[in-house]
This record gives sequence, C-alpha cells and structure tokens, in this order.
Amino acid sequence: MGYTLNFAAVWRNFDFLLSGLALSLGLAVISILIGAAIGLVVAFALTSKSRFAVVPARVYVTVIRNLPILVLVLFVFFALPQMGVRLDKIKSFVLVLSLYSGAYLAEVFRAGLLSIPRGLTEAGLAIGLTGMQIRSSIIAPLMLRNVLPSLSSTIISLFKDTSLAAAIAVPELTFAARKINVESFRVIETWMVTSALYVATCFLIAAVMRFVERRLALPR
Amino acid sequence: MSHTFLEQLWIARYVVMNGIGVTVSISLLAILAGSILGVFVGLALVYGGVVLRLTVRAYTDIIRGTPVLVLVLASYYVSAAVGLDLGPFSAGVLALAVFCSSHVGEIVRGALQAIPKGQTEAAKAIGLTFTQTFTSVLWPQAMRQCLPAWVNTAAEMVKASTLLSVIGVAELLLRTQEIISRNFMSLQFYFLAGGLYFIINYGIEHFGKYVERKTALPS
Repeated sequence: MGYTLNFAAVWRNFDFLLSGLALSLGLAVISILIGAAIGLVVAFALTSKSRFAVVPARVYVTVIRNLPILVLVLFVFFALPQMGVRLDKIKSFVLVLSLYSGAYLAEVFRAGLLSIPRGLTEAGLAIGLTGMQIRSSIIAPLMLRNVLPSLSSTIISLFKDTSLAAAIAVPELTFAARKINVESFRVIETWMVTSALYVATCFLIAAVMRFVERRLALPR
Repeated sequence: MSHTFLEQLWIARYVVMNGIGVTVSISLLAILAGSILGVFVGLALVYGGVVLRLTVRAYTDIIRGTPVLVLVLASYYVSAAVGLDLGPFSAGVLALAVFCSSHVGEIVRGALQAIPKGQTEAAKAIGLTFTQTFTSVLWPQAMRQCLPAWVNTAAEMVKASTLLSVIGVAELLLRTQEIISRNFMSLQFYFLAGGLYFIINYGIEHFGKYVERKTALPS
C-alpha cells in the first residue's frame, strides 16, 4: 500500500473534466427534452382507448426498457451505417438517449395521466373544449405537477446514462476522466474527483427539481 | 468465408452461448452479493444509530449519484492501483454488487418504513423481542413490498452487466463485438444481442409479476 494522494495531475486537467461535464449536461438536457416530447405523446397513446395507439406505444416502451442502453448506443453508431443511416457520434448518442428517455418518461407520464380524475375531462367537454384543448390546457399541466418527484429521479438516472457516450468516444465527463487516468496514472484521485462531480451534479438536479416542485405546488 | 448470417451464427454459436453464460453469472453473482449487502444497508438506514445511519446514507448517496460505468471503471483501475489484483471479472462484479446494494438498500428502507408503527407496538405489547418482531412481523411484510422493485433491480443488473465489456470481461456484448470484428455483420449480430438481452429481461419481468401474484395477500 503506502499510497499518497496527489491531486496535482487532476487539477492540471480540471478544465478538461469541466468541459466534459458541460458536454454531459448538454447531452442530457437535449435528450431529455426530446425524450419528454416523445414520452408525452406515447403516454397519451398508452392511455387512449384505441388499440391502434396502445399496441405500438406498448411495444416501443417494452422493447426499449428491456434493452441495455450500451447495446442501443453501439447499434446506432456501428450497425445503422450498414443500413445507410450515418450519424456522427454525438447525434447517434442524442438519438439513443432521446429514444431511451422517451420510453422511461412515457411510463412516468402514464402514471401521472391515470392520477387525473375523469371529472376534469368531463368538465372540459361540458364547457365545449376539444379533446386536444383538454389535453393541453387541463390534463398535461396538472399531470406534470403530479409527476415531478418521479420525473426528478428519472432525469437524474438519465443524466448518469450520459456516461455511456464514452463508449463511442464522445468527450463527455467519463471519457475525459479515462483520458486523464491513462495519461497521469493518478487513478484513485481521478475517479474520486470524477465521482464527486457526478454526485454534486445529481444533488444539484435534485435540488432544482425540489425547488420547481415547491414553486409549482398547488395551494392547498 | 461463408456469407449468410445463419452460417456465421453457426460458426459463432459457442462464443454466443459462452457470452450468455458469462452475462448470467455476472448478473447472478452481483444480484446475490448486492442483495445481501443491500439488506444490511436498509437495516442500517432504518434502525442504525446516528453515526451508522449517516455513514450508510453517505455511502448510498455517493453510489447512487455515480454512473455505473464510472463505478465499473473506478473499481477496475483503483483495485489494480492499490495492489489488489482483482482482475476485470471480479472488479466488475464488485462494482455491480455495490451498485445493487445501494438500490436494494433504498428498497428495503422504503418497505420497512411503510409498515405502520402500530405493528411494532403490538409486537412489543405481546412481549416479543426486537429480533422476534423483525423476523416474524416486519420482515415477511417488507419482503412482499420489496419484491416488485427488487425484480426491477435484477433486470437493471442484467442491463448493467453490458458495461463490463468496457473493461474487457467477455460477456455477451463483448463477445458480440468480437464476432462482428471477424465477419463485419454488425447489423445482424447487434440485433441478435439486443434480442437475447430482451428475452432475458422480459423473462425476469414476467417471472417477477408471477411471483408478485403468488405472494399477494388475498384482498
């Protein structure tokens, strides 16, 4: 043993880690926004009465949720080009994480939709709103408030999934850490700092989400 | 060199089966070790003294805030750096078990805290010791509560086992990559790997639902 911690090499490359973290956050934000849009549509499909909407939505959610994300990442980056679809590594990863988050967020939103009392839809119909108007101005806003706690844990886990972009050499935080690790051999220090950056970011996301939750809470 | 996918699959059949075997062993070991550790984590979070509780809370928060890939890489490189020669397989399983323990810990904590306080009080009133209360009143109820989430965690572990390919453990995904590097059929063989992972996870999910139905209290 007799290992003495020396963070000099890590601090020297700290801006490299920080730019990695910025890219991780960027990947997460873009993918989650696209994923939320997909998730919302899929959730409405899952809770609709038409079988033509329910079945494809269910298949999408079941397939994506039962696949390892790394397999999807490698598939899109290495196998899709064989079908003539050639995306660069960042676009490939955003595509995968958007599809992935779409499936998880769809389940979150579905649970939220089921928690909205039927009477609200009926009230909307009674004052002459169309189905689309009811969804966009009554159900969706209320549902979003309801799902904020589970939304926050889904967002945190999706942020952590951005680390898989390292597998196709996207220079995000984990990739930056591996590079510093290999160049400096300060193994323990590198992973301590990297893990601390992830943990701190997750705490920050959780705090922001709690703040949003409090701000949006309905008066009781 | 033969050209159809089926011929290539036939050539690679033992490699694929071997990969499945390694994936299943990794997952089973990690779930087993992680669940045992996780029960202790859950118990410490609910019944521990202040110091123990805060220590275990810090452990779970740090593990849950770190991506599994980082845990895997850290476990592999750090264990080598401190002179513990674990090798990729053990280092990877260790990382997954630690990850699993933090999840199981939270599941167990939630289940134990969901049991109404009156149960413990009733047990005390009829003169049970804490150990007796735990083994015959709290644990059976908590188990039932834990089950669905625990099955989810098991499926998570199978998915997370793919990350061990990054440190060179020859599980299903790395085997698939090896096969593709020989025959360049990336589309077909990634599709195959995806299908196999889907079957394993879908099986676990359905098994979970079955067990849940079997152990449900009559309502």
